[in-house]
Amino acid sequence: MGNPSAENNIARAFKDAGFWTLVAFGLFLPLIGFRAVPDIRNELTLETRWPLLFSFVAIVAVGRLFHNLVIAPWRERRGRRLATRAAVGVPRWRSRFAGVLAPFAVGFALVYPAIAVWLAGPGGAVKWLDNFGIQILIYVMLGFGLNIVVGLAGLLDLGYVAFYAVGAYSYALLAQNFGLSFFMLLPLAGILAAFWGLLLGFPVLRLRGDYLAIVTLAFGEIIRLVLINWVPVTNGYAGVSGVPRPTFFGIPFNASDEGFAAVFGLPYSPIYRLIALYYIILGLALLTSFVTVRLRRLPVGRAWEALREDEIACRSLGINTTNTKLTAFAIGAGFGGFAGAFFAARQGFISPESFTFLESATILSIVVLGGMGSQIGVAIAAVAMIGGTEALRELDVLKQVFGNDFDPTQYRMLLFGFAMVLIMVVRPRGLISTREASVHLSERKKISGALVREGHG
Amino acid sequence: MSALLRVEHLTMRFGGLIAVNDLSFTANRGDITALIGPNGAGKTTVFNCITGFYKPSEGRIALAHGAPQMWDELTALTRRDARSITRPDGALFLLERMPDYLVAQRAKVARTFQNIRLFPGMSVLENLLVAQHNPLMTASGYTAFGIFGIGNYDRAERAAIANARHWLDLTALTDRADDPAGDLPYGAQRRLEIARAMCTAPVLLCLDEPAAGLNPRESAELNELVLRIRTDHNVSVLLIEHDMSVVMKISDHVVVLDYGVKIADDVPAAVRDDPKVIAAYLGVEDEEVGQVEAEVGL
Repeated sequence: MGNPSAENNIARAFKDAGFWTLVAFGLFLPLIGFRAVPDIRNELTLETRWPLLFSFVAIVAVGRLFHNLVIAPWRERRGRRLATRAAVGVPRWRSRFAGVLAPFAVGFALVYPAIAVWLAGPGGAVKWLDNFGIQILIYVMLGFGLNIVVGLAGLLDLGYVAFYAVGAYSYALLAQNFGLSFFMLLPLAGILAAFWGLLLGFPVLRLRGDYLAIVTLAFGEIIRLVLINWVPVTNGYAGVSGVPRPTFFGIPFNASDEGFAAVFGLPYSPIYRLIALYYIILGLALLTSFVTVRLRRLPVGRAWEALREDEIACRSLGINTTNTKLTAFAIGAGFGGFAGAFFAARQGFISPESFTFLESATILSIVVLGGMGSQIGVAIAAVAMIGGTEALRELDVLKQVFGNDFDPTQYRMLLFGFAMVLIMVVRPRGLISTREASVHLSERKKISGALVREGHG
Repeated sequence: MSALLRVEHLTMRFGGLIAVNDLSFTANRGDITALIGPNGAGKTTVFNCITGFYKPSEGRIALAHGAPQMWDELTALTRRDARSITRPDGALFLLERMPDYLVAQRAKVARTFQNIRLFPGMSVLENLLVAQHNPLMTASGYTAFGIFGIGNYDRAERAAIANARHWLDLTALTDRADDPAGDLPYGAQRRLEIARAMCTAPVLLCLDEPAAGLNPRESAELNELVLRIRTDHNVSVLLIEHDMSVVMKISDHVVVLDYGVKIADDVPAAVRDDPKVIAAYLGVEDEEVGQVEAEVGL
């Protein structure tokens, strides 16, 4: 301790932590310290929440001190260590880990329903399959689809939910009005969504970056407003209900005598339908992933990535950038349409409420958080984001910390926001920031995300 | 000696600024034609017009493949409002009517850029495969067959890799093949850009200041490379360059631009001694300005 510079550092750390404590106090005082509560005569009265305020400020104080004394010196040491080490891209253990991660994740996804039923019983597994399994996989699939447009082709699309909506309404309306089956309509919904992807693609081909983002955002809103206002077809706000559910080769999943459970001599349970839905969406997600992996090895996939890197260079090499962008939009939209059709079949009811901008933002965050262009990164990000928000509902443990009045579901978005900011600070290029080359001559090497461009439109 | 490229009365205006004014020159097949001039003379604008990145305000840019008799079709093609004609013995293109990617794809004009434009986040080998996009696209049945693994896409990709390998060997980049292009040192990036342009199998290679930023040894190697491209691969070269050691050593023919106007068009030795060229590059005494301007025709 006799070292004056170390003492100096500690003093500075405390001073800095004190400063941030004051900032936190100033910020949280109006946000958390006071609360306006309507009293019995419906007049607002001011209620103070000092313990909660002080616990928040204390978290900031202790956290900042911990950062200053432990994390910052560690990061500095690590930075020095990395600088002295020769410029190797990715540590070997990590690339080996990434190599087994994907097969492990697919294997786990395949046996997940069995694990859920085994651990929670057929009744308890409903929540785990529906809220976690199917819900997450829908977003994994949407993430994979948007990844083609944003991650590979570098075209920032803020209106991806429009294609999800087109797929969902295509399935719902065609199934209701023409009585076609789910598996016949699934490709059709994808094709229709891809067609709308082309329609969006044409006018925005000349736009780049921010301008492209704004127009795609507008496109998403247009689709939603059409769904709301075209009442004769879409039934407006009321939505489409009674959308036919997928069947097991013509056998419906219901409690009737012709239902799945009765035909196979099993006791009726909603779990069979959920297991079937789970495997359908898992299959769709795997198909999307497989197609993307194959496309990356084909000239069209390489052209997408080249387009993201440098559009002018692409044109100088004889690549028709118009067609390349349109295929990216169309294929990405097509996968969104598949997911939409599945969504409609799973919910049995769809309304424009399900296709708001927030959905687009969520899907885009999954792609960005996962690391643009990375399949496994997108899958992890979807699990973290969708599973995370769902899991935060379950955090009754926090009641023991903040008292019984504390409702964790109210804070889940806040906690979630914190977590996202933290991840983006620590890993600004997403969870998986390295890019794997689509072809190699002698050695498979990872390409650092620092070199990979994010696209310009 | 037959003409490969004919630039006739090319004028490019940006608003009130005339970047290129009534420029005409011919690049012969198998020649290395250099386009030189002081900064801002309009050289890169000429390149952008030839490669379709700019639409010229006026003028005609024609390029012929195959038999020299193709040039007889020039007037007919110009009248016909078509981009090109193809005959069994060759083809004739009017580049000013073609969009940039078709200039590269059909007319087989490849180019490099003054400020290097590689795909930095893609490996060196991938850069060279992107350059072979069009033949690979055909081999993959425009993705329709390739996605299912039917057809001969795998064989086409192996051939493309072999071709890339050939250019990697020629540009001494083979051991860096799997590294990201953005990681290469500057000189290697310049070579890679040339290799990538050559992977499109061009008939005319347009190099925009390939020696900029290279050290003397690297520029000597560049000379070698460009000469090999010309002799071994039968590709004509159009070259913008400030480095006179490169221009004088390897070019067969030099066109000098100043303020968008052609001031000389001859073999290197003659251009070097041309007083107008010396005046353009080095400037002249104040009292001589009027005389030189009169000679240049300003």
